[in-house]
Amino acid sequence: MTTSPNVPQPNAPRPGTLPRAPLRVLWREIMQPHRLVLIALALGIATYAGTTMRWHWIPRYADLALQGFWRTIWLLALSCVLGFMLAIPLGLAQAAGPRYLAIPARTFCTIIRGTPLLLQLWLIYFGLGSLFPQFPMIRESELWPYLRQAWPYALLALTLSYAGYEGEVMRGAFRSVPNGQLEAGRAFGMSRFAILRRIWLPQALQRALPTIGGETVLQMKATPLVATITVIDIYAVASRVRQDTFIIYEPLLLLAVVYLMIAGLLTLVFRLLERRYPCGQ
Amino acid sequence: MLDWLYTLAPGLENTVALLSLHPPGWGGNLLRGAWASLQIAAGAFGVGLLLGTFGALGKLNGGPVTRDLLAVYTTVVRAVPELILILIIYYAGTDLLNQVLRALGQRPVEVSGVAAGIFVLGIVQGAYATEVLRGAIQAVDKGQIEAGRAYGMGPITLFRRVTFPAMLPLALPGLSNLWLIATKDTALLAIVGFSELTLETRQAAGSTRAYFTFFLAAGALYLTMTLISGRVFGWIEAHYRRGDPRPTRGRA
Repeated sequence: MTTSPNVPQPNAPRPGTLPRAPLRVLWREIMQPHRLVLIALALGIATYAGTTMRWHWIPRYADLALQGFWRTIWLLALSCVLGFMLAIPLGLAQAAGPRYLAIPARTFCTIIRGTPLLLQLWLIYFGLGSLFPQFPMIRESELWPYLRQAWPYALLALTLSYAGYEGEVMRGAFRSVPNGQLEAGRAFGMSRFAILRRIWLPQALQRALPTIGGETVLQMKATPLVATITVIDIYAVASRVRQDTFIIYEPLLLLAVVYLMIAGLLTLVFRLLERRYPCGQ
Repeated sequence: MLDWLYTLAPGLENTVALLSLHPPGWGGNLLRGAWASLQIAAGAFGVGLLLGTFGALGKLNGGPVTRDLLAVYTTVVRAVPELILILIIYYAGTDLLNQVLRALGQRPVEVSGVAAGIFVLGIVQGAYATEVLRGAIQAVDKGQIEAGRAYGMGPITLFRRVTFPAMLPLALPGLSNLWLIATKDTALLAIVGFSELTLETRQAAGSTRAYFTFFLAAGALYLTMTLISGRVFGWIEAHYRRGDPRPTRGRA
């Protein structure tokens, strides 16, 4: 094993993005004989797959795949942002709201968390989609060109789903902020909104950050469902390759690698965020 | 009997007719789908528990290679969408099985939907169960395990008598969550064309055009399943926690 420094490190971050110590730890983690053998084995399998499997379809579908990838990314990002904006009031209502707000919020979260996303997606797409054309007012409105497409329904379903799960997370996070912090804010004469903005929300976010990271990966894993309502995301492109060329494994494997990379990126981003805003005990 | 209700809400008679259990209505199909979903969820949960137990024990006690391979398994399965895993395992599993059968000189077979669903979702559940059980086993007091060893218990007896009962209450919240994920993930099998609740619902809705009626009815069925199983898991947890000291109030 004298040539070991030449082994490529798929997991190594670019120098400069992380402090030096973790890099050295990572290096020591990889430099174990059994790991080097496993990495070599994995690279061997990868080269074998790259040379012997059928990849000739890639150039023909590259443009479509890029569009699909972009659509997956923005659906994920937009639904997470919008969903989280809904989740804050949902969590707040459950943690501290009056009963006439807390009960609907809890019901919403229970329903979203208790039924499959696929069912919600189909209810929204087929249900609303069949309902809207019956109203001339909607059909003649400015929004109709958008409402005839599938993506608004996909975005709505994904947003509501994320809001439901995150609302539950935020409920716990709001509750976990010690009462003394809020009392201190009140003693300073802060208004209720100022307390929320300056003390309550930031501390709740810090505590919820690791959970939100995990939930965002779960949300990413839910995005391919939108392909069932004719949104052409990266998954739909892979299905199309399968239907056009009858090549089964290659597109699916490539797709799995793409999702693995997105998941890795999300995990890295959230780890950096957690380091930037550590959960102060 | 329900006539007074129908006069109050004119659309109701229609809805009841659509949802009735006998052939012009589609209620029977929905219930059959729900039963199939439950069977797959239970099977997948069982397979997942089995895989998870071995995975957790391998991660905690296995050699370096076992641990690394298990890490790859849990990372990949938890990062790749279930839908894609289902397709890969479904196609690859059928292919492999038929190749083995061909090598043995048998005829290729068509894999049954239930078996494939249980197998696929079981592998996915196994990855999550590995992590849940690993965390729970790690949280068991070391002294108890050492005491068991001091009594001369073998590893199996030790697991059966000490580790397992001690870790169960710690693992139950995570396992209950996994069961809920299993019931909801059965809906994904609709995309591979297996007629569980979601696909039955879509067929019923598509042929009657009463989308809201059927999707809401299916939602109610799923919600019933999840709420009831949440309650059952609550009871089981209370049962296994009955020896715990009462939580003291007022301490942070």
